Amino acid sequence: MARRDDYILPHPFKLLLLTVAMAALTLAVTLAQAAGQGAGGPPAMAPGAERQKQLVQMVRHDCGSCHGLTLAGGLGPALTPAALAHQSPHYLKLAILHGRDNSPMPAWYPLLSEADAAWIAEQLLGGFPDAR
Amino acid sequence: MLLGLRNSFWAVFPMRAEIPGLALCALLVAGCANPPLRGTGDLGLVIERAAGRAQLVDTTHRTVIGAVAGLGDLSHASVVYSRDGRYAFVFGRDGGLTKIDLLRARVERRLVQAGNSIGGAVSQDGKLVAVANYVPGGVKVFSADTLELLADIPAVYGDGQRAKVVGLEDAPDNRFIFSLFEAGEIWLADLADPRRPVVTKFRDAGREPYDALVTPDGRYYLAGLFGEDGLALLDLWHPERGVRRILPGYGKGERRLPVYKMPHLEGWAIAGRFAFVPAVGRHEVLVVDTGTWEEAGRIAVAGQPVFVIARPDGRQVWVNFALPHNDTVQVIDTERRDIVVTLRPGQAVLHMEFTPRGEAVWISARDDDRVVVYDTANLVQVAEIPAEKPSGIFFSARAFRTGF
Repeated sequence: MARRDDYILPHPFKLLLLTVAMAALTLAVTLAQAAGQGAGGPPAMAPGAERQKQLVQMVRHDCGSCHGLTLAGGLGPALTPAALAHQSPHYLKLAILHGRDNSPMPAWYPLLSEADAAWIAEQLLGGFPDAR
Repeated sequence: MLLGLRNSFWAVFPMRAEIPGLALCALLVAGCANPPLRGTGDLGLVIERAAGRAQLVDTTHRTVIGAVAGLGDLSHASVVYSRDGRYAFVFGRDGGLTKIDLLRARVERRLVQAGNSIGGAVSQDGKLVAVANYVPGGVKVFSADTLELLADIPAVYGDGQRAKVVGLEDAPDNRFIFSLFEAGEIWLADLADPRRPVVTKFRDAGREPYDALVTPDGRYYLAGLFGEDGLALLDLWHPERGVRRILPGYGKGERRLPVYKMPHLEGWAIAGRFAFVPAVGRHEVLVVDTGTWEEAGRIAVAGQPVFVIARPDGRQVWVNFALPHNDTVQVIDTERRDIVVTLRPGQAVLHMEFTPRGEAVWISARDDDRVVVYDTANLVQVAEIPAEKPSGIFFSARAFRTGF
């Protein structure tokens, strides 16, 4: 059966992959540190470029199930800058992390860090980036 | 059309000799006017949500044979089929209602009928198509032929608020039945006279119905409840008996997990006399005896179920899951009530659709940009079809099933 985790890679290829992965990890850590210094201060450093890409994908598609791909609303309310004009970034971050009572909005803290949520809140208020 | 083609031909090739030119033209015209004869019973649409497009697929040859674009915002999309299986009606998130001709792979008619919609249904007699809308909350009924608006049923409750409409299904005797999310009501609309719907309202049906189904025989309407543990059941043979709550408190007061995706009930599984339904906020599939409507068991699964769908013969039930388990599909043996296999078809599995008699199932993996086809007898992957952010998969055999 063609299951991805069933593939057995030849030995030299494995080594190559490992090398690439290590290099990528080093780069990611360096970039994250640089980003952290740039943003500065607690509570946490802003998500790195790769994580930002994941978050954009997640908001557009998974949050989009309820809020719409264009974030114009669905079962959940619209999340466009106009719709959120009277919300603070702090409130949005808390709504993302802890959900909202008496609504289907779930708490996302098991899947998102505080820095992730803060970054999403900031992006929503400024007009959320496209997934592509 | 014939004249137009001939003219454009001569405009492009004015110097050609008459005889071969005419012959070629005749061939061209014949080719344009008469696509090869074929049925639609093995066709279907795969929604490419980000592109606002649908792929036209052939389930016999497992190939893509066309694409239809310009369908609007398909972040939530569903499809129903005309009674003759030729046309698809696509309901988009942005209130778009598009009628697609499968044989010509093109948009036949399209209109934006509301600000925000969730799904729809075709009437028993095939003449009406109804759409469930969030904004403005209500149901609109159109002629399936012309998409002319015939009836508008605003979902007004309480002190004049409008509720989002969910779980719109067709029912026998040319009726439509649907639920009002915020109002907790179920409405049964009789469309015997399409321009004058007669609506029977069932209040206090349960908190926040989020989706619903009708049983394959069209007798029972079951609405899943988000705001409380349990389901709302209406016997359409005896609507006068009212809505009955079943499986009350299946969570037994335990705190439910955060629900990262609403379960979908349109493909709810009825296998033999048992219904297999997703538990909201729990890693469980609930088994309900449709003879007594009592709980008959629970099956522990890999995550929070989104779709719980029976193979047409009822022997297997396939389940996909909400984040963070949305790379997984599990297959339940309905007789033994255990997991036969755990599959990983790809990242962000959104939907599963069986071929009409169930020898294969097509599964969309959104973040891997592909649709994967499994043989349901040996559970082996038999095909992979590239698609851009695929979501819902809808085969034309839905045309002949109540509640699809």
